[in-house]
Amino acid sequence: MTSLSSNPDQRQGALDAHGAEHAGADHHGDYRMFGLATFLVADGMTFAGFFAAYLTFRAVNPLPSGSTYELELLLPTLNTVILLVSSFTFHRAGAALRQNDTDRCQRWLLITAALGFSFLAGQMKEYFSLPFGLTDNLFASTFYAITGFHGLHVTLGGLMILIVWWQSRNGGRVRSGDHFPLEAAELYWHFVDGIWVVLYGILYLL
Amino acid sequence: MTLTLPSASPTAAPLQPQGWLRYLSFSTDHKVIGLQYLVCSFIFYLVGGALAGAIRTELLTPISDFLPRETYNEVLTLHGTVMIFLWIVPVVNGAFGNYLIPFYVGARDMAFPRLNAVAFWLIPPAGLLLISSYFIASAAQSGWTAYPPLSLTTPATGQIIWILSVLLLGGSSIFGGINFIATILKLRRPGLKLMQLPMYCWAMLGTSILVVLSTPVLAGTLVLLSFDIIAHTGFFNPALGGNAVVYQHLFWFYSHPAVYIMVLPAFGLVSEILPVHARKPLFGYTTMVYSIMGIVFLGLIVWAHHMFTSGTPPWMRLFFTIATAFIAVPTGIKFFNWLATLWGGKIALNSAMLFSCGFILNFVFGGITGVALAQVPFDIHVHDTYFVVGHFHYIVYGGTVFVIFASIYHWYPKVTGRLMNEPLGRLHVLLTFVGFNLCFAPQHWMGLNGMPRRVAEYDPQFELINQVSSVGALLMAISTLPFLVNVVLSAFRGEPAGDNPWNALTPEWLTTSPPPVENWHGEAPLVHEPYGYGVEPGALSLAATSGREIWAVGDPERKS
Ligand code: HEM
Ligand SMILES: [Cu+2]
Repeated sequence: MTSLSSNPDQRQGALDAHGAEHAGADHHGDYRMFGLATFLVADGMTFAGFFAAYLTFRAVNPLPSGSTYELELLLPTLNTVILLVSSFTFHRAGAALRQNDTDRCQRWLLITAALGFSFLAGQMKEYFSLPFGLTDNLFASTFYAITGFHGLHVTLGGLMILIVWWQSRNGGRVRSGDHFPLEAAELYWHFVDGIWVVLYGILYLL
Repeated sequence: MTLTLPSASPTAAPLQPQGWLRYLSFSTDHKVIGLQYLVCSFIFYLVGGALAGAIRTELLTPISDFLPRETYNEVLTLHGTVMIFLWIVPVVNGAFGNYLIPFYVGARDMAFPRLNAVAFWLIPPAGLLLISSYFIASAAQSGWTAYPPLSLTTPATGQIIWILSVLLLGGSSIFGGINFIATILKLRRPGLKLMQLPMYCWAMLGTSILVVLSTPVLAGTLVLLSFDIIAHTGFFNPALGGNAVVYQHLFWFYSHPAVYIMVLPAFGLVSEILPVHARKPLFGYTTMVYSIMGIVFLGLIVWAHHMFTSGTPPWMRLFFTIATAFIAVPTGIKFFNWLATLWGGKIALNSAMLFSCGFILNFVFGGITGVALAQVPFDIHVHDTYFVVGHFHYIVYGGTVFVIFASIYHWYPKVTGRLMNEPLGRLHVLLTFVGFNLCFAPQHWMGLNGMPRRVAEYDPQFELINQVSSVGALLMAISTLPFLVNVVLSAFRGEPAGDNPWNALTPEWLTTSPPPVENWHGEAPLVHEPYGYGVEPGALSLAATSGREIWAVGDPERKS
């Protein structure tokens, strides 16, 4: 074996034969989705930090008299339902695309975007009806920081949906068979919904 | 089952500048990006070193005579921030990671080459922004930890610029982390199993997991801190009903893992260097892998050992003391594995090996003081004294920076095709080792005797020992000169190295020096045993030999 050349090309024959045994252990799938999922883990950790801060504040920092941690529930609950439904409609859009029914996919996308933006409108309405402002007390600041950060995510997601919708038009990238933009936006949207559910539980229900 | 190897792309990286200009371009070649990281960070290292020089000059005398107090605080803050976020983290992750990881997984580039370039190009502007704050307003004065309320009461402009800069650097780090995880897990050459990867891959996988899990928490926290500064919210401001200790928790949730982000890659790099120059397989590969993952897990649950004097309740002190003590176990395993790798080896005492041995010595000392610091009864006496400064410089300088130099001596021939000069290299080792220990060993004594850290003025009884420490710092500064001369001269006059001067088996050596644009002219070699040194050639099965025979060919004693 000392006679084997150090030139990798010449060695390749033996290597290939051996490597074939292990192929299949790892196929080069679409690692862009994997990258996105990793990014979402990171993004989720930002929220986790905020939630941890909020819960600690709440446990150890009493608010000045007159302010409470109580919030109106009706509008946010409606908003929760809206977001959950939008996750479902996005899923339908994806299913339609997988059946190559791009027109139906586009319709579901529009519905999803509409739901997303009505969530944002509801959030705005809530902001304007709240009896406290950003700097009033620790709860107020934390509330606006967390819901604002989440709202930013929803806004971004809504824009993504519109972009995917645009890409699904005749001759667009998605319609020509590249499903990645839709799948990426869908994963992101489900993530933003999931965060909202946790947020709703911690900020509103608890 | 078909075997699909990553093929060379038909057109080699179009529209990319060639020649040295590509190092100033938005290149997506992982090797170019790695070198961009290395050179850029080294420039920041020189800046951080100059700042350290200013600190040590001020501390020559007990009174504040060289710098005004405020300037001292700015210099101290910039020194810490530059060294951590612009030197150590980008070099051990970005520079070596980008250069080596695609080779190690048998890929032609990283998983997301463009994201990679973006991650690098965030660094120079962020660094310049940080340093410019010293000139346009005043730099932040609250130390690299930016604890409120101090960071809320010191001048706001500098602090905000500091936050912006750290956010950019954190973003760069997260992008890099995502890229490394995807590359290591998803881009492996078919046929290459996880447990066959060179150890640096595991180190970078563990590090990147820490980066992805903890850096976002720091980012969110700093955004809240900037609200406190700009919008006068009171998250961390006790005067407004806020809670400064929550900042500490969130900060250290990032910054304890960050110490492993700085040192785990260095663990990986020495694990590559030691076997090559001792001609022995890496001892205890499997335990090494589990140790890294154990450190990753434990590293996430020990952060409050930085907060024993912050009014932490007894149960918290107990938990974090015990968790921290546990980290010594995987760390100890790695330490003994390195020793066992060297044991009975045919050790070549070249600069790379000497720096690696220096690392082992310094690191074990820093680890021991670390375990001591984790004991509450001891820590409450020495917290925020020079003992802590001594501890972490033994780790980050004596550990990581030593490994960075070892790695430069080790991989220089790969990058340039020429060897570095050995006598100059050994002079560098000697000056660095002596200077470093002279500078930081006395700081333990200062701390034990009660000298607080981060002060420009101190009790006159510490004058002599501070001067000793400053002489050590001067030696360290001088030690950079032979290194710089060596790097520059060897690039032109160095002895030609050939493709594989160390007869190493890891895949980056199984190509030309410097490597071609997509790493291999032919197909990527499949290296099942990256550490197969010193095994009798006859004892090998032909199928598992890739690379190993190169060593056998290169080593006359082993030719049978
Ligand atoms: C592995 C690499 C390590 C690095 C890079 C490192 C780095 C650091 C740094 C930078 C600090 C000071 C932070 C500050 O207050 O500004 C520190 C403090 C500390 N380190 Fe380490 N360290 C390492 C290992 C360890 C180990 C192995 C232990 C314990 C087993 C340990 C225990 C501690 C403790 C308890 C403190 C807090 C001391 C105090 O502030 O009172 N460290 N370390
Ligand atoms: Cu720590």
